[in-house]
Amino acid sequence: MKKILKYSFIFIWSTFVLVPLSWALVTSFKPPAAVNNGATFIPWLQFQPTLDGWKDITGISGYANLFPPLINSATVTFFSTLISLTFGCMAAYGLSRFSYGWKNYKNPDIIFFFISQRIMPPAVLAVPFFILLKTLHLLDTKLGLVLVLTSGLMPIVVWLLVDFFNQLPKEIDEMAMLEGCNPFEAFVRTILPLARPGLTVAGMFAIIFGWNDLFFALVLTFTNVQTLPVAVVALNGTVTPFWTLSASAIFSILPLVGLAFVVERFLSKGGFAGAVR
Amino acid sequence: MKGSTVNLDLRSVSVDTETEVILKDISFKFEPGKIYVLIGRTTSGKTSLMRTIAGLIEPTDGEIHLGEERLDEVPIWDRGIAMVYQQFINYPHRTVLNNVEFPLLRAGVSKADAKAQALAMLEKVGLSEFKDRKPSQLSGGQQQRVAIARALVRNTRVILLDEPLMNLDYKLREQLREEFRTLFKGTADGVTIYATTEPSEALFLGDELLVMHEGRVIQHGKPDFVFENPSSIDVAQIVNDPPMTILDAEIKDGKVNIGNLITFPTPAHLKSEKDGKYKIGTRASEVILGGSESNSEEGTVSLSEVSGSETLLYVKLNVGEVVLQLEGIHDYQIGQAVTISLAPNRIFLFNMDGTLCAAPGN
Repeated sequence: MKKILKYSFIFIWSTFVLVPLSWALVTSFKPPAAVNNGATFIPWLQFQPTLDGWKDITGISGYANLFPPLINSATVTFFSTLISLTFGCMAAYGLSRFSYGWKNYKNPDIIFFFISQRIMPPAVLAVPFFILLKTLHLLDTKLGLVLVLTSGLMPIVVWLLVDFFNQLPKEIDEMAMLEGCNPFEAFVRTILPLARPGLTVAGMFAIIFGWNDLFFALVLTFTNVQTLPVAVVALNGTVTPFWTLSASAIFSILPLVGLAFVVERFLSKGGFAGAVR
Repeated sequence: MKGSTVNLDLRSVSVDTETEVILKDISFKFEPGKIYVLIGRTTSGKTSLMRTIAGLIEPTDGEIHLGEERLDEVPIWDRGIAMVYQQFINYPHRTVLNNVEFPLLRAGVSKADAKAQALAMLEKVGLSEFKDRKPSQLSGGQQQRVAIARALVRNTRVILLDEPLMNLDYKLREQLREEFRTLFKGTADGVTIYATTEPSEALFLGDELLVMHEGRVIQHGKPDFVFENPSSIDVAQIVNDPPMTILDAEIKDGKVNIGNLITFPTPAHLKSEKDGKYKIGTRASEVILGGSESNSEEGTVSLSEVSGSETLLYVKLNVGEVVLQLEGIHDYQIGQAVTISLAPNRIFLFNMDGTLCAAPGN
């Protein structure tokens, strides 16, 4: 009985998640007639699939080309993730191993301060960031967007990794120091390799948030730097047909889906059992 | 980094936090080539003392010298001290061989030499066949052997072992204890400090015993001497497992009188003591089951536990609780009536303030 409940829940949930996606996937291959004359679902049986939608977004038909936005998105996401991971893991290690503070404000308050950056709705920050980037002449540049995204990704990375480092026994760092590593070497040579699963999870989160960011890209970039979410939304606003829109949706999530499969295999191999019994 | 012949010299080392005293005014000179055993209860400061020597705790007062060097001013990573933890700490992402090589490589030994030395050490601790495994694929005892190999391979001037057998089962503990003696004697030329709560380990391994209690060294000396002549009730409790039974007594008119219930003529080794009130101590293994004379009393069993090949019996008497150690495994019910008697010639006599007055000797 429990099993039935469990599996029916999994089935219902998967349906809920997968049906819109597969519908979008199917729609992206439809000719106009298959969309306009009632709902159709099964290619070849109900309609003859075409590549028109895909040609529209890849620049082949001359309608739109999502490759430049794809590259922009990838660049911006890559660098903001890299920066947040590099500095975030150092900050998290420090917060996990050493005590900082001023008067009654100690490590937990600092950690809360980090995560509190995410509590504020981004809309509140739009105007300040706009003015800031304008002053720095970084509006509509990749660097400007990378900096702003990093400020949003870093808290997530720090928050996740502090918890992760706390689970690694402190004795391992001590051992490394007793065996001739200074604190930084102990961190790089023994803690970082052990933290791979944690770094992967934090990195994955950062990539997803960075990749999907629409708001800041919309406000802080215009024509020079257009990211994928902005480009897809821009298509939506015009007279773009459904099959092209569906193709653009699938196109923009494909890189992440691919990455998820790679990371999933990597994660399940990780683990740090055996440090302490 | 050859283990050299320098003394480790603690000069009134103290550690305290805002709220409590961890170590209080410890001065001691450790000589190379000897095994020093720190014995004490769980919070007596053994671990803190080791961590202070290693540099993981900064002393609030005092100096630590290693030969000519002022050790407490050297950062941890330059001290060249090896430590084995109670938990089995190894680098989980490295193989057994790489674990043992790591400290050598850090110390600047060439790759080929490090490998050769690590392999030789693994041979010594009996782990050669596991050199390519990860620590997590080994049993607890093997993991601790890796940790010990890692500590011994550098042949440091000081090696610290913090209750290394604590988390192992009884059988393995006895086996490793045997191995340790030959291993340390043959390998470590520096100062070896070994912390334990087990008197049997201390007696077996130690060249010198330091009894720690509430952050101080309260007695030190050869293990059997300390065992036979505990300077106070605290020491007697710490170096005996199960702890020594302590009862109030009075010496008067050539008789020892315990609560008017147990009396016996003053034994030879207590003859010279003045009449008055004392505390007497008796080891669990020296209490006798049975007896019908005036030095015996009937009581009830309040707890009976089997430990290894021995049975411990806690007997409630009208004068207090007596712990009794019996060879072999016996079955006693709680509440069962038993008669026990004391062995007058094995009695330790303590003054009322807890200091030793007379010991039965060997």
